Amino acid sequence: MVSAKMDKSPADLLASPGLASLLKSLKLKTKQQELLIRVSILCLVYVLAFITRLFSVLRYESMIHEFDPYFNYRVTQYLTQKGFYEFWNWFDSESWYPLGRIIGGTLYPGLMVTAALIYWILRFLRFAVHIREVCVLTAPFFASNTTLVAYFFGKELWDSGAGLVAAALIAICPGYISRSVAGSYDNEGVAIFALLLTFYLFVKAVNTGSLAWALASAFGYFYMVSAWGGYVFIINLIPLYVLVLLITGRYSMRLYVAYNSMYVLGMLLAMQIRFVGFQHVQSGEHMAAMGVFFLMQVFYFLDWVKYLLNDPKKFHTFLRITVTSAVGLGVIALGVGTASGYISPWTGRFYSLLDPTYAKDHIPIIASVSEHQPTAWSSFMFDFHILLLLFPAGLYFCFKRLSDATIFIVMYGLTSMYFAGVMVRLILVATPAVCLISAIAVSATIKNLTQLVRAKSKPSPVGPGKGTSSTKASSKGSPDQSMPFQKNGAIALLLGVFYLLTRYAVHCTWVTSEAYSSPSIVLAARGAHGNRVIFDDYREAYFWLRQNTPPDAKVMSWWDYGYQITAMGNRTVIVDNNTWNNTHIATVGRAMSSYEDEAYEIMRSLDVDYVLVVFGGVTGYSSDDINKFLWMVRIGGGVFPVIKEPDYLVNGEYRVDKGAAPKMLNCLMYKLSYYRFGELTTEYGKPPGYDRARGVEIGNKDIKLEHLEEAFTTSNWIIRIYKVKPQIIGGDQLTLSLALRDYTCYGSAEFMA
Amino acid sequence: MAGLKSPALYFFLLNLISLLPLLAFSFSPDHPTDRRILVLLDDLSLKSSHSLFFSSLQSRGFDLDFKLANDPAIAVKRYGEYLYDGLILFSPSTERFGGSLDMGGVLEFVDSGHDLILAADSNASDLIRNIAAECGVDFDEDPSAVVIDHTSYAVSETEGEHTLIAADDFIQSDVILGSKKIEAPVLFEGIAHSLNPENSLVLKILSASSSSYSANPTSKLSSPPSLSGTAISLVSVVQARNNARIMVSGSLEMFSNRLFRSGVQKSGSSHKYGKSGNEQFITELSKWIFHERGHLKAVHVKHNKVGETEEPPIYRINDDLDFSVEVFEWSGSSWVPYVANDVQVQFYMMSPYVLKTLSTNQKGLYHTSFKVPDVYGVFQFKVEYQRLGYTSLSLAKQFPCAY
Repeated sequence: MVSAKMDKSPADLLASPGLASLLKSLKLKTKQQELLIRVSILCLVYVLAFITRLFSVLRYESMIHEFDPYFNYRVTQYLTQKGFYEFWNWFDSESWYPLGRIIGGTLYPGLMVTAALIYWILRFLRFAVHIREVCVLTAPFFASNTTLVAYFFGKELWDSGAGLVAAALIAICPGYISRSVAGSYDNEGVAIFALLLTFYLFVKAVNTGSLAWALASAFGYFYMVSAWGGYVFIINLIPLYVLVLLITGRYSMRLYVAYNSMYVLGMLLAMQIRFVGFQHVQSGEHMAAMGVFFLMQVFYFLDWVKYLLNDPKKFHTFLRITVTSAVGLGVIALGVGTASGYISPWTGRFYSLLDPTYAKDHIPIIASVSEHQPTAWSSFMFDFHILLLLFPAGLYFCFKRLSDATIFIVMYGLTSMYFAGVMVRLILVATPAVCLISAIAVSATIKNLTQLVRAKSKPSPVGPGKGTSSTKASSKGSPDQSMPFQKNGAIALLLGVFYLLTRYAVHCTWVTSEAYSSPSIVLAARGAHGNRVIFDDYREAYFWLRQNTPPDAKVMSWWDYGYQITAMGNRTVIVDNNTWNNTHIATVGRAMSSYEDEAYEIMRSLDVDYVLVVFGGVTGYSSDDINKFLWMVRIGGGVFPVIKEPDYLVNGEYRVDKGAAPKMLNCLMYKLSYYRFGELTTEYGKPPGYDRARGVEIGNKDIKLEHLEEAFTTSNWIIRIYKVKPQIIGGDQLTLSLALRDYTCYGSAEFMA
Repeated sequence: MAGLKSPALYFFLLNLISLLPLLAFSFSPDHPTDRRILVLLDDLSLKSSHSLFFSSLQSRGFDLDFKLANDPAIAVKRYGEYLYDGLILFSPSTERFGGSLDMGGVLEFVDSGHDLILAADSNASDLIRNIAAECGVDFDEDPSAVVIDHTSYAVSETEGEHTLIAADDFIQSDVILGSKKIEAPVLFEGIAHSLNPENSLVLKILSASSSSYSANPTSKLSSPPSLSGTAISLVSVVQARNNARIMVSGSLEMFSNRLFRSGVQKSGSSHKYGKSGNEQFITELSKWIFHERGHLKAVHVKHNKVGETEEPPIYRINDDLDFSVEVFEWSGSSWVPYVANDVQVQFYMMSPYVLKTLSTNQKGLYHTSFKVPDVYGVFQFKVEYQRLGYTSLSLAKQFPCAY
């Protein structure tokens, strides 16, 4: 894309004498022309980054996507309505019933505050926008800003050409678009901007040794901490980088100033975020930064001593003693801190990053999320396309011209690529590094090739390569005269590069429009005649809840839908996507995987009024609760050993047809999903009760519900809501249903089950 | 067709007319006493033979609607509204009710909070037995068996089979049977029942003596009787969780004028009472059944921080708070303060964090104050009050509590 734009201006200069004379009349010097081109390219990239993310609005509507964004949206609404202090003190009694959630102390407020600020500014300027529109467009807006940061970062790392290419690559890179389309109102939307900004400012500080840049980087870090839990990556990568510089003998006063001021101020600022609190001095995940901080002081001290002693032999002895005692002291401090509980050990999420198999064995709740799965090769290709090939080339160029800055980007690239391999969602963190390193490769290649082309054909500047000079084509290069095919080869290679870049642009646009613009709350499918069919069942169900249930009704569902129910249905939920209390989630998992009467006891203890399940058997929607069910069993069984996974499997196989395990056929989730489904013919030529999502005829068609009754089923059966019948024993309501007869039935139900 | 049409039309008009006073007298939480009662009879002669019982109800303000049990115009519900507040089934031998009523209809009637008196006798039909069984009362399955007691029978000149029993083993509850002691033994002649052990709601009001048994008096006893001793219940009541009240008796005869007026002399006792306890027993029990006694309500739940009067939207941990609730009992004509020293409030989130006994000012107001525990969450004030004979009080009020 960039090259397409770049080769336009000089060509126009020649092609249209009018424009040329106009420019001539403006008396632009080469330098000014170059600036003009650069600024206009950046503007175009800025706009492009924004509009390519609007596919989702065009395809569907201006709406919030997925799961977590609904929580962010709800919180932002609260913030704009009630103000900052109310927001900060907000105790949300609508989620995690009956535990509740202290919102102010358990979230990263950066995104919400940013959106609210934009909203207030627009309001102040008399733009009557709705907060939803602001939220929908926040992520594209910040993606545009990220391209600017990428430009400056690229410029700092290599040259302004690399910066331009980096800006263009990151503007449309699918790995980033996946998290920043319009409507994807999630922390990552602003966090990637903050991450790149922090890195850029820090590298700038290291390059210049300026206190101002270091402090700016601390503020960038503060913004990142306020926006996303991924800040842990920064607070570990930067110390690692500093350590590498120290080891490779690149210690300098610039580094000392940059790191110390950034670390101290950044840490103090980060403590202002309630959710993070004193973790910087108390948590094992942040200890590396502190260790490197002390190491820096030791280095400084040693430098000073070296200067004073002026005797290599004495100094070496001193060095040995100092280093040994410093390391020993550090280890002892860490050991004592950990043993006394002052320093908390690493969290499960951190472990699962370092060891990809950890979560699977120890924390099913982390492993159950699809975006926490190890990345498949195909998704690397899908998200990076040619960048995957350019990345090693860029690394090569970086190593060829090693500097403090390129060491940083190499480390950033390598570590983040490793993490991207561990977890799908961390591709996002790797994307800026991959774009920057690839940009270096593209820029350096094109620059070298154009130098070859131009050096030979100075008199006749015609050819496809001439316009590519994103920099003022320096004619310093003197190519080898002995290679006659050099010019043709260079032209062919240039053409190849442009072909690749074009393919990249095409791929990115296709991926954006096809894969990453789905709100996932409205489902689209192709009908029999190729027409688009929209399933709007989620919103139908949430709207039903909002309109037809008492305002204090409690809805139990699997945690995936918690945020949506509270935000759209405005009803209290038992568990939601903020999976902070594993026991509570396990309780819900246990209820879902128990027999109905046992589940009823659990639901009663949680005051549940409605149960919501997602069912794809009619439409063939595969990410429904039956397919997630084994995770409920695992998570429930992790806390309540009465739930055993083998009870739901037959010879290790998960099935729902006639051969399914008896417990499976009679557990609550199965009953609620398939209630009355046996009467329904879903597909022509198949028996009634044919489950299209799993392609089998269900095994239990005669489902009787005892304590629940069907309250609502959406038009495509995707969401089914059941009402829990009022209490049999004891209870909360003044008028209770009698249910005398339940006693006589109770005994027999036990035998049948 | 025409023959069918005119009664329906007549019934419709009748309803239209009867609906007007009904609106004024129907069951309401402020006046819990039932007003309109449907009486289903096997035989209209019961109306005169049991007139003392019926007139005692009428004199207390109940509006009785007598119907034959097989009357095709019976309907308890119209347009989703119940036409009656109570049902008396004096139709032991009916196999099928007329009209739209069936067993499910009777149970639904009770399920929606209405009261029921059911009396059986030795020729009780399956329908009546099944209704009783659903309420947790199992009549002796042998259709010819009646309760026989050779030691505490009522002395009489005519009868030698000892099936007329003088029972005086009452439940000890002032709420159910009134504060006045039942003066004389109650005459009972009918079939035995036992209570379903799985039903915790059913109560034995009048128990047979330990020497009684259930068998056919005319045939020789070939095997031990299936029901005997104090396991036999003569009269039982149920208070459902929705506070509907049910009375089941194995004897229709005990409601009759004959036994109301008859004198009683228990065998082995020389004292002869001039009048049996039936009238007092039945009248007091029917007062309880129709909510003239033992009906509680809790109102004006109030909670606030100490020193304030307004209910805050949220409590902070370690706040001191005041909680109060007013409890009244229906006396048959007005609400009077209910006085007890065992009403408790729970401060509840999945389990009670605080459990406090409320102190009362003797005027119905119950009050306590305590400190909110150091835990955040959505708490409830719960008052659960279940006492024998009283309607169960169960109320919960939810509010958040945060740092």
